This record gives sequence, structure tokens and C-alpha cells, in this order.
Amino acid sequence: MQDFGAAFGQAFALIAGFDPALMEIISLSMRVTFSAVLIACLIGLPLGAVLAVGRFPGRGALVVLVSALMGLPPVVVGLAVYLMLSAAGPLGVLQLLYTPTAMIIAQAILVTPIIASLTRQVVEDMHGEYDELLRSMGTSRVSTVATLLWDARYSLLTAALAGLGRALAEVGAVMIVGGNINHVTRVMTTAIALETSKGALALALGLGIILVGLSILVNAGLMGLRKSAERLAYA
Amino acid sequence: MPETITRNSHLSVIESGIAPPAITLQDVVFERQGKALVDGLNLTLTANGTTVLMGPNGAGKSLTLRLMAGLIAPGQGKIRWNGVETVPSQRVALVFQKPVLLRRSVRANLTHALKTYGVPRSAQPQRLEELLKMGNLTELADRPARVLSGGEQQRVAMVRALAARPKLLLLDEPTASLDPQATAAIESLIRTAAAGGAKVLLVTHDPGQGQRLADEIVFLNHGRVTEVTGASQFFDAPRSREARTYLSGHLLF
Repeated sequence: MQDFGAAFGQAFALIAGFDPALMEIISLSMRVTFSAVLIACLIGLPLGAVLAVGRFPGRGALVVLVSALMGLPPVVVGLAVYLMLSAAGPLGVLQLLYTPTAMIIAQAILVTPIIASLTRQVVEDMHGEYDELLRSMGTSRVSTVATLLWDARYSLLTAALAGLGRALAEVGAVMIVGGNINHVTRVMTTAIALETSKGALALALGLGIILVGLSILVNAGLMGLRKSAERLAYA
Repeated sequence: MPETITRNSHLSVIESGIAPPAITLQDVVFERQGKALVDGLNLTLTANGTTVLMGPNGAGKSLTLRLMAGLIAPGQGKIRWNGVETVPSQRVALVFQKPVLLRRSVRANLTHALKTYGVPRSAQPQRLEELLKMGNLTELADRPARVLSGGEQQRVAMVRALAARPKLLLLDEPTASLDPQATAAIESLIRTAAAGGAKVLLVTHDPGQGQRLADEIVFLNHGRVTEVTGASQFFDAPRSREARTYLSGHLLF
């Protein structure tokens, strides 16, 4: 139990002192995670909506596939991205391995199925309600997807949150493609793994507390937004 | 049942020969799970005036409306809109019993409709103000549409339909869950639409509403047209036994 006490002390000291190394790790974590979730949203939201609205051959199989990919093991994604980006891989010329960009790519791949799948469920429900209206208005397919995504925007925050949680907590993929290089690719989760393996449990726990705190903050902010939207019947 | 069509020839709109049939249903059958819910329906709607579709529950009134809106396709038979088999969706508008409003403000709901109906951007603000005024919604323009009362929501749905400047306005029991005052507001909008040259087709269970709005009555039973009669004659002396029974308050089987 003394580890917990020491951990809180250490975490507090690090935060209060605006420890530059810590700030660097936090800011890289945030940058990688938010970039990955943003990219995943740009792909996953339209993909999910098209899966909800579209009627095309292979749709059922695609729905199952996207849903199954929600459970992708991060280390496997890390390995796949590693193989793509390594010097001998097809994208080796880009020299992205062990850069934050590689970490963003890996996390975006992990998070996109989550956002696409949750989007499909949300949009499918809303489409059930809007379908006759939109068709009676002669709405085009593209415009239908856009209308549904816009009207579901607050409900879709939940999908983005799920993706954010996954990306923020993930360690396997960023460890493999980022390499946990100090000042370059070290993020919260890889730092925690490293400090733990070095036996610096208090520091690791301190970083963990900060990570959980950040996660709660982001979630609370977005949830608050959603609640106020619901109160106004926008969601 | 072609005689059904000729039977309504007493209607002045047809006698004048000016108005061509706007919409024709020919031997239309619509089945669900092997049961013919619309069963060989023949109907020609004239281009003007208000036609009220009456009949007991399960007669196929709502399905007929959805067939006319092109939302569902007939299993057999043909539907023609001005002679062609493609629904001119931008000039056909539909209002449901339970208004389906977007999760946006009243103003944004109407703007969305104007955009969808292809109204040029430059003309949108003026049309928007007209619609708000027509629906007595100016005060409510910036409120989220889905927190309004049932009557207010249906007014939004009505003027949204009118944003299409529809040639054909299809109304599926739009006042069934409204109080008399809200009903009067909707009926006034229906009259405005009809006066503006829209063909109105209204499904209702309220004979009083039929009397107030109808130029002609189409009575449906078991997925077929039982009679098409001018409104005044229908309520005084309906021709079919089914309609007489329905109006006298007896149950139809």
C-alpha cells in the first residue's frame, strides 16, 4: 500500500512542478491519440453511415467484418503496421517507423472499426425513423447520409469516446511501431510499461493516475456536451 | 373496376375536361406476407381539389398513400404520375400522423427542406420567412423542433411539406392526435395548399373533417375502392353499403 501513497505523492509532485519530461509525454500522448481518433472519425463515421443506409451486395459480410475488427488485438495491428513500414516493407521508403506518425497510423487502424461499428448502430436506428420522410422528399443517398450523421452528432460522441478510450489506453501497437524512444515516441502507456519493468513502481503508478485523470476529464467534457444536447432534444 | 373511375364523371373538374388525371392507379395489388392488403385498386385522381380517403382500419388507406408517394412499389398493377411511371418526388410531399422532425431548430428543419427541394440559395431566406409566417411559427423559429407541442410540431411538418410547393400533397391522418384548435390550424394550412393549386389527398377517420375539406370522397374497404363520390352526396347518401354502414357507426367486417 505504501506504493499507492508514494505514487500519489509523486504524481502530485510531477504535475505541480510541471515536470518538463512529463509534459512532453502527456502532450505527445494527446497528440497521437487525438490525431488517430480524428482520422478514425473521418473514415469510420461515413463508413458506418453507409453501412447503415446502403443496400449493396456484401453489406452483411462487411457489417460482420467491421464488427469483428472492433476486437483487433493491438499487438497484431502493431505488428502489421511494423511490417508495412519497416525498411523491407512496402511502405519502407516513407521511413515512418519509430515516429509518432507510425503510432497514429496504428491507432487509427485500431479505432476505425470501433467508430464505424458504433456509428452504424446509431445511424441505423435513426434511419428507421427518418427513412420514409427522407425518401418522400426525394433526398439523395449522399444527402441522406449527411443528414443522418449531422442529426446523430451528439449520439455519435459516444462512438468517438469509445475510440478515444481505446486509443488512450492502448500500449501494444504504439510500443511496437513507436519503440518508446525518449523524447521522440514515448507516450503515457509505454512510459508506464517501461517504468514498471525498471521497478520504478511509484513513478509508473503516478503516470497511471494522470492517465486515468485525463481520460475522466475528456469523457466528462464530452458527456456533459451530450447531456445538454439531449435536454434540448437535439440528441 | 373501371366503372369506379367513370362513376365519378359527375365531378365538375372532370366534366370541364381541363384538368388531366394527375395520378392513376390501375389494378394495383400490394401484398405483405402473402396477404393482399391493397387488392386490385383502381383510382384516378383529378389534378385539383381535395380528395379524402376514408374507410375502416386495415382498408389500405395508408398503404395507398405510400404507393402514391412512391415509397413502396406495387406487387402488381401500375401507378402513373401524369402518365409516367416515375414519381416526381420533388413535387410530391407527405405528412405523417406522427410528425418526423429533424433534431434541429424549426428554422433548420425548414432550411433543410428548401435545400432538399432544390430551392436556390438566394431564394431560401425569403421562402423561409414565408413558411414560418404561414405556419405561425416565427416566434418558435429558433426552438429545437422536437420540444414543441404536438400541434406545433405538426405545423412545422405541414409547412415543411409546403416548402416543396407540392403538386400532390399526401396527408396521412395529420390531425389524428391533435386537439380541435391544433386541428383547425392544420386544416387551414390544408386549405391554403389546395387554394394554391396543390392536389390534396387526405386520409382521415373523422367524417367531420371530411365534410369540412373534401371535394370528393374515396371510400376504401378491404384494399379496394368501394365508391368515389362528391363530398356532399357522400355524406347525405353514400352509394355503397359499406360506406353507409361505416358512416352510421357500425363495424365493418
